[in-house]
This record gives sequence, C-alpha cells and structure tokens, in this order.
Amino acid sequence: MSADVELSNVSVTFGSFFAAKNVSVKIEGGEFFSFLGPSGCGKTTLLRAISGFQDPSEGKVLIDNKDMSGIGPNKRPTALIFQNLALFPLMTVSENIAFSLEVRGVSKTDRQKRADELLELIALEGQGEKKVHQLSGGQKQRVAIARALAVEPKVLLLDEPLSALDLKLRQRMRTELREIQKRVNITFIYITHDQGEALTMSDRIAVMNEGELEQVGPCDEVYNNPRTPFVATFVGENNPIYGRIKSIDGKTVEIDTPDGIFRSTIKDNTNLNINDDAIAFVRPESLFLPRSDDNFNNSLPVIIDSFEFEGNIKNFYAHLKSGTKIKFSVPNAIDTSHIKNGSSINLGFDSQKSIILPKAPLAID
Amino acid sequence: MNSYFFTQPFFKKNGKAIAIYFLVAIIFWFVFLVIIPQLYMLDLSFRTNVPPLERGGPKDFYTFEHYQHFVFGSKTAQDAFNFVDLGVFGRTILVSIFVTLANLAFCYPIAFYIAKIANPSTARLLIVSLIIPFWINELLRSFALRILFANEGVINNVLTGIGIIDQGILFITYDIGLYTGLIYAYILLMMFPLYNAIESLDVNQIEAAKDLGSSTFRTHWRVVIPHAKPGIVSGCTMVFMLTVGALATPVVLSSPNTLWFPQLIYQWFNMNDNWSRGSAYSIILLIISVIFVLTMMRIFKVRIGEIIK
Repeated sequence: MSADVELSNVSVTFGSFFAAKNVSVKIEGGEFFSFLGPSGCGKTTLLRAISGFQDPSEGKVLIDNKDMSGIGPNKRPTALIFQNLALFPLMTVSENIAFSLEVRGVSKTDRQKRADELLELIALEGQGEKKVHQLSGGQKQRVAIARALAVEPKVLLLDEPLSALDLKLRQRMRTELREIQKRVNITFIYITHDQGEALTMSDRIAVMNEGELEQVGPCDEVYNNPRTPFVATFVGENNPIYGRIKSIDGKTVEIDTPDGIFRSTIKDNTNLNINDDAIAFVRPESLFLPRSDDNFNNSLPVIIDSFEFEGNIKNFYAHLKSGTKIKFSVPNAIDTSHIKNGSSINLGFDSQKSIILPKAPLAID
Repeated sequence: MNSYFFTQPFFKKNGKAIAIYFLVAIIFWFVFLVIIPQLYMLDLSFRTNVPPLERGGPKDFYTFEHYQHFVFGSKTAQDAFNFVDLGVFGRTILVSIFVTLANLAFCYPIAFYIAKIANPSTARLLIVSLIIPFWINELLRSFALRILFANEGVINNVLTGIGIIDQGILFITYDIGLYTGLIYAYILLMMFPLYNAIESLDVNQIEAAKDLGSSTFRTHWRVVIPHAKPGIVSGCTMVFMLTVGALATPVVLSSPNTLWFPQLIYQWFNMNDNWSRGSAYSIILLIISVIFVLTMMRIFKVRIGEIIK
C-alpha cells in the first residue's frame, strides 16, 4: 500500500529565515522521489514537515489527500530513516526491527515472526540476536530500513541514509534500495545532496535551492533540460560560457561571447530576447576532440592547463582566451598522448548538446 | 628498574613532574585520608572503650560488645532486641530510600527538560538557578527551611492568613520538613549525573522512537531511561549515601521525638565519649551503604566504570 504525498504551498520559517518557501509538489503513490540540493537548502526541513516533526508555518501536507496538520509523527503513515540511522544501541537487531510493533502491543511471538520475515527481506537471516554494534555499516543500513518497514508504512522517508558509507557500499546500497522499493511497492521520498545518488535511484527528482524548488521532473529531463543555471551546474557538471544573445532562429540561438560566437539551443518557455545577458552551458562529455570526419557546428579554441585520470575517463582542465575555465572529458579508450599542458586545440560541440539560459547565479560547490 | 618505571605510558603522557605529583597526591589522599582512618575506626570498633591512658593496658582488649549492643542493647544479654537503635537504623534506611526515589522522580523530568527540550539559554538559566542556592551552607539552608516549616512559620502563617486552613500544619512534628530538607539537600548530586546521561543521548533516538509510533511514556521507558541508567545509578547511590549519613539537616529539621542514625553516631562519639561504639555504628552504616550500591549495580546491570563516567 502506497500513498500520494502532496505539499501545498508549504513554507517553514525560523524567525525571519525561510527554510522552505512556498513549496508545492505532488508525489505519486509508489514513486521513488528525491529532493536534491546543497546542504542548508531546506530539504531536511521538508522531510521533517512530511514526517510530522516540523509544522509548516504556512501551507499543508496531504498524505492520501488527508490533511496532516495536527497529526503527530507517531500517528502518520510515514516512517523516517535518519541520516545517522538512529538504531537503538541497547536493543538487539530483532528488538530494533520489531520496536514499532512492540509499542503497538503486538504479542511477542507475532513480533518475532515479523522480525524474521524482515530479516529475510534484508538478507540478514539468523542475525536477529546480535547487538547493533556488531553489524557492519551496510548491515546497519538494512536494519534501519527493516525497522522502518515493520509497520508497513505507506511512505518511507530517507534522510541521506547512505552518506556515512564508503563509495562501493554506497553504490551497492543504491541498487538495493531501489530493489527493496520495488518489492514493497510504497512511496519512497529520498533526501540527498549527491546528484549521482538521486539520478540513479529516482523516478523523479526535485532540485532545491535556498528553500525553493528550482525544478521537478524525471532524472534525464532535469539533467538534459535544466531550467535554471543553478540546476544546470548543480546536477552533473557543466561549463558556463557567458555572453549576449545575437540571434534567435527557431530553437537555435547564437550567443556572442568574448571568445567568439557559438550556437546553442533555446528550450520552450525560456524567455530570452536579442541582446539579453545569457549563459550557454555545455557538459564536459559533450565536448569532443577534433576529428577529420566531424561536423560540429561549434568550435571552441582552448588551451590545456592540466589533466586528471579517473579510470574510465580522462578529465582535461583548460581555459579559453578570455580566461573562462573549461572542463572536458574523454573516454579512456581514446588516445590523448599528443595533448600536453599548454597545447592549443579546437574542441567541437553540437549546438543541440548545449543549452542557453538567462543569466542567473550558478550552484557553487 | 628506575628507568623502567619512568618509561611507563603514564609518565610519558603527563611528563615526569606532573606524573609524580598525581601519584603522590592520589596515594596521600587514598592512604592517609581514606584507608588509614577507616582501618583505625574498624580496629576501634572491636575494642573496649577505655580512656586514652589505659590504651594497651589490661582493660583494652578485642570484643564484639559494641556490635552486640547495637542488636541487643546490652554487652552480655541476648534476650531482648535493642529496638530503639534498630528502629532508628531501619527508619533511616527506609526514609533514605524514599528520599532517593523521590529525588529521582523529581529530578528526571527537570534533567530531561534541560538536556533535551529547553533552548540553550533557558537551559543555562535553569542550571544556574539550581546551583545558586547551593552557594549557601547546608546548615543555613536547613534553618531557612525550618523557618518556612515551623508551626508559626512562613507557610503556616500564609495559609492561615489567607484562610485556607484554620490551624497550622505540624510540618516539623510529622517530619515533612525533614523529608523536604533531605530531598533538597542533595538534589544537585542527582540532577547532574542524570543531566549528563540524558544529554549524551542522540535526539534522533527519541525522534526515531516517536516516528515508529511510540508514546511519550514508552519512549522514556524503552529508550531514554535505558540510556540514562548509569546516570540514574550514579545519582541514586550518591544521594542515598549522603542522605543516610546526613547530620546537619536532621539535627535542624527532624521532629524532637525522631532520631536520624548519624545523630546516634554523633552522640556516641561526642556526648557519651564512647568512640569505640561510635566507630561500630559508623562501620554498620558504611556496610549498609556499600550493600546498597552493589544492589543498585546488580539490579540495573551496570558496571562501576559506567557509573564513574
């Protein structure tokens, strides 16, 4: 059983500070939905508003179309997984998992049965008698999930639960979380500042900045068609090139920059006119080394500064004549031995792989 | 040998001078201020009570007479129990247990409020207002309570003045003043261990319990109290030991016809000049205190290291 969660004009203020500002979003039942944003953007505040620990200063939280105001966290059909998991260290794994049943007066044998079922779900059969501190990081993670699932909540809220794990485990847990979500088929609302996490797991993401929603949509759409410079630079990496609009021809826009004129793409409902200040964004993976058979309609003359080997790809850091920094990446399979620090090369990119947006602040990492 | 001694981690960590100071100070404190006086009292409690000049003479020999006196009220006869002293002793223990529990019940909500609910400035204000009254000497505080609780005291005057009662309540006669005074006297020794223990609990634990559907009472019972257990045991043992050994408060606040066990000890030492018997009574009190601590530790399954922490 899953439930819709709707935030309707939710604002949360602390004194004069807006932790969340007029947030409206509808999360469908059974969806894996992520709030993505830098720390301090208000995403945890929203999660606390949904779980009932924080009353919205304005607006409403609706779960299954039912107004939740005045209903405490212990009475809502939600379960929260805390950033530090908050497992009870003095209880055994089984007691932890069955805690929500214990407080509802479920008999000991039924509790044990349910705990065993859940231990099986998280692949920890027979480890119920262990104390929490005897488990590894990933196991604790799974126990926290099992504990939250024990009363069959309609909505599971996750507050950056993977942030304490090391990289490999984090990647594995992403897949596991996704699988668990499919199996139990309830709404997952996930909070993270890690765009990789959000993109790999979610059906849809909401990018937040300073308490406001910048963009809500499916992952590929947010990545490919960012609506604001903040989203363009926060979700994935992007090279901003500042300039002025020179011409608009249907979807293709020419932008006049100190480094020359480039062609980029304007999306529907972007409001830009000739001579407006704008930023053209092109992602590192959309910049290509020159080849004889390419037919890109843009050529970007860069001077190489440094180089970084990441394994599957190589990252190059370069600059334009005006000083604008450019990063581009090349698959490891391509030979780049001829590129040295200080070399000048012309990178190619297609105008369709670039997007133009009105000038606005970027996400500063 | 000498160089081996000084290469121990303790010396390396603190430096030679400080390490030697620590050792000397601790050994002095422990040997001269704790062990030797207690051993001397233990020895004295098994000897006959003789004037100092006759120490070591034929009248000074080992005996159980003081312990026997505590139980039977006589050096030789065993036909009747010493109901007066046993009564005082039993009452002191029972009242001390009550005082300890009352103290715990009183302090737990306040400690929880300060540690987990109050904002930092309120918490500081509360802590300061708990501490400031204790800048005043224990004896003076007891007298202040006496002024409040006396038959013609502040409370009775106010209550009769505004017509709530016709006649003054006999707070002192019924030892209400004494119980209040004893509960108040050592409140900080309950408050701070509790506060420390509760403060170290991760708020997320409380919220997690709540989120999982737990009521406030259940959250305390299953999450907060188990976590605060070492603080509870530590506070209870300190309050119990000090209450059971209190002298100033009972002298000022107990009703004329009740005695507190330390008052008995005081009488043997000072008024009856019988140090041996006083020592015996002190040893009995000490043993009871130790038994209490061990029982508390057994009941709550905590180790000594956790309490001291």
